[in-house]
Amino acid sequence: MEWFDNFWAVYSNLVLTLGTNALLALSIYLTLSCGMLAMANAAFMGIGAYTSALVTMNLGLPYPVALAAGMAAPGLMAFIIGKPTLRLSGVYLAMATLAFGEVVRIVVLNAESLTGGALGLNGIPQSTEWWHVGLALLLTVAVLWRLRRSRVGRAFEAIKEDETAAGLMGIDVGAHKMLAFVLGAMIAGLAGTLNAHLTFFIGPNEYGFDRGVDILTMAILGGINSLFGPILGGIMLTVLPELLRGFKDFRLVVNGFILVLIVLFLPKGIWDPARFRQWFSRSSRKGAAA
Amino acid sequence: MLEQQLFNALSLGCVYALFALGFTLIFGVLGVINLSHGAVFMVGAYAAVEAMTLLHLPLWAGLLFSFVFCGVLGLLIDVLVLKPLRARNAPHLIPMIATIGVAIILNNGVQGIFGAQNVRFPSSAVSDDAITLAGLHLTSVELGIILLSFALMAVLIVALKKTQLGRALRAIAESPKAAYLLGINVEGLFYLTSFAAAGLGGVAGVLIGLYSNAVFPLMGQPILHKGIAVIILGGMGDIRGAMLGGLFLGFAEVLSVAYIGSTMRDAVAFGLLFLVLLVRPKGLFGTLQERKV
Amino acid sequence: MSKAASISLEMQSVSRHFGGLKVLQDVNLAIPQGGIFGLIGPNGAGKTTVFNLITGLLPPTSGTIRFNGQDLAGRKPHQITRLGLGRTFQNIRLFKEMSLLQNVMVGMHAHLGYGAFGLLASSGLFRSEERRARERARELLSWVKLDHKAHETADNLSYGEQRKLELARALATEPKLLLLDEPVAGMNSSEKTELMHEIQNISARGYTIFMIEHDMRFVMGLCQEIAVLNFGRIIAQGGPEAIRTNPQVIEAYLGREDDEPVSAAAQGEQA
Repeated sequence: MEWFDNFWAVYSNLVLTLGTNALLALSIYLTLSCGMLAMANAAFMGIGAYTSALVTMNLGLPYPVALAAGMAAPGLMAFIIGKPTLRLSGVYLAMATLAFGEVVRIVVLNAESLTGGALGLNGIPQSTEWWHVGLALLLTVAVLWRLRRSRVGRAFEAIKEDETAAGLMGIDVGAHKMLAFVLGAMIAGLAGTLNAHLTFFIGPNEYGFDRGVDILTMAILGGINSLFGPILGGIMLTVLPELLRGFKDFRLVVNGFILVLIVLFLPKGIWDPARFRQWFSRSSRKGAAA
Repeated sequence: MLEQQLFNALSLGCVYALFALGFTLIFGVLGVINLSHGAVFMVGAYAAVEAMTLLHLPLWAGLLFSFVFCGVLGLLIDVLVLKPLRARNAPHLIPMIATIGVAIILNNGVQGIFGAQNVRFPSSAVSDDAITLAGLHLTSVELGIILLSFALMAVLIVALKKTQLGRALRAIAESPKAAYLLGINVEGLFYLTSFAAAGLGGVAGVLIGLYSNAVFPLMGQPILHKGIAVIILGGMGDIRGAMLGGLFLGFAEVLSVAYIGSTMRDAVAFGLLFLVLLVRPKGLFGTLQERKV
Repeated sequence: MSKAASISLEMQSVSRHFGGLKVLQDVNLAIPQGGIFGLIGPNGAGKTTVFNLITGLLPPTSGTIRFNGQDLAGRKPHQITRLGLGRTFQNIRLFKEMSLLQNVMVGMHAHLGYGAFGLLASSGLFRSEERRARERARELLSWVKLDHKAHETADNLSYGEQRKLELARALATEPKLLLLDEPVAGMNSSEKTELMHEIQNISARGYTIFMIEHDMRFVMGLCQEIAVLNFGRIIAQGGPEAIRTNPQVIEAYLGREDDEPVSAAAQGEQA
């Protein structure tokens, strides 16, 4: 098992980051599956990160409490801004959530006494173990899986396709959107908490526009028609920078190219169950004909 | 001194307005939220700086070069990225995501080529002159910004309101299909709009680079965010709203720095945006026109 | 109280204005329980607006709408649906990327008895309710003869089949009143006849039906009572015979450029 110990010594951070990125991608998947382009999850991640870090550092409370706080704080925030914001649709919602994200970042930047301002928080206890991430991912996937197969999942899909018709089928559209938004925020907060207690340092710039774009890219890249898509997107976007180390500054350029190419040529993302079904039926037909 | 602040605010607001105009043109005519506009803005600044440094061009030539260079860049973005998506009739958030990719390419590409540090305009090309009028210290740079901006805005307004071209653009903004059926060369006008809007963005980049004397790869990002705030505040696709919104933001920012403190300056735009969206989702001027395809 | 005497839906002095445009003026309708009620009128008379007001998509500018005695004012569409109003749409609004079965199951949303906890714990209640939903959805699909395509994507259906799917989905909401907005628009005559029989079967099962339609023969053949809307006003209400021979109705249709209603009215006269 020595190779594993060596592997782990070098790559443990990467693997755990893979997990938190998968969680982030799943968090935006939730709102996307409802037809909402909400770009606030980076901010929610940040809220979760800072809240949990303050809980462990300043209040000295145990990790599980920090995890709970790191989910509750963004969830509450999402509930508060959700009421007015979720009335907006399409572009306006995207812009409003982007604006909210910026406001959060700037507030964090300025609340120096609490958040350390631009210098960030240093010395966060590295409480995250591999099994925390694994468990978080497992539970999240389990919950989302069950959600998808229930009337809530059907309601989300109906809302995404035609909000008005969905409402007329007896679905409380506002409540469902709020559910997606708040749950997404909590998952993002969970990812932020796990991440903060892994890297032991956090700063306000980690939760801004760039992070928000990364999260969106992961989901779009992997595809949002299944639960595996976002996870795949998270894996790819975590591993890619490692593979592209040689490009130095240009590796982000490659990221950008990937995003553009995916949007142009694989609009449903890489993991698209419908496309796979088409391939299988086509090849089985060919096989039958042969 | 209030008057001095107001003057500074005016020049800042002019730049914001120019940027917002390009952004709004693309949204109004092409129906796309072009999140690479901030990157194009930044490229404009770099284009001017490099042209003026390497070719020893005077400022006016640098501006012109920037306009053309960015115009071509905008055209390329349209032809390579936006046009295929138009052909596919993609839901309108998809092109927006694609432009995010373009922005990443441009921002990081420029950083890779030129490095992350501040670049300055050659001091020989930029005059330090200032005049003192009614107790106000007016630098020639700021005056130039204000004059050029108003000139460009005037040209744009006249073109849109009084010319056949302008009418065609407004028809497309209402409904591209109907405009097409009326015999308007919709695709050609898309190209023209992409060119002109990007050119305007590039010029705005040069002007801000002059105003703050700082050109760096990520300079476009905060401007982009504020541009978004401006056009939503002013009503999306509304030219008047974009201009007035830009000017308003300039004033709001400068005054808030003067009276509240500089740290929250960037939050002004977003705080305002957030509040306005909650109260009037259509913005201050916009009528939420559902674009008929 | 006899069945004929109880009123399912009542509109009292309902008006709807859009700025200066008076789309509906002083509309009075009383739709009895049981049976099939029709609303006809030339294009642009305001028929779909009536449905939009009833289902809560628009508020009336004045007047009241009562369903089974309850005032619908201020209620959101999903609340009105839960009171027992189901609806189909003039320009088919199916969930195109979902299967037929899923489309119908969406209609059952409000009638599934599990909440968030049951869902997460995968309780027996969750499983049995989901099973019940699937079975009921299959049953409704069989009513409109689409059960063999249950797992196909709604997008793959022919136009006529899509209209039938909308009907099944509306039935899934367990409506006490079923609103059908131009259910046979765009269908050929054999499809229309088939749908006519299906609607009659559904009526026989006890659903009250309120239908907007253009096709006069279809309406005359199905409805026990018909109201006629012209320029936002009700100009006549009564049984098919009375409507067919009503001079104001004939004038309303003949006075228009529309070909279809004119020939239908003429055919109605000859029949």
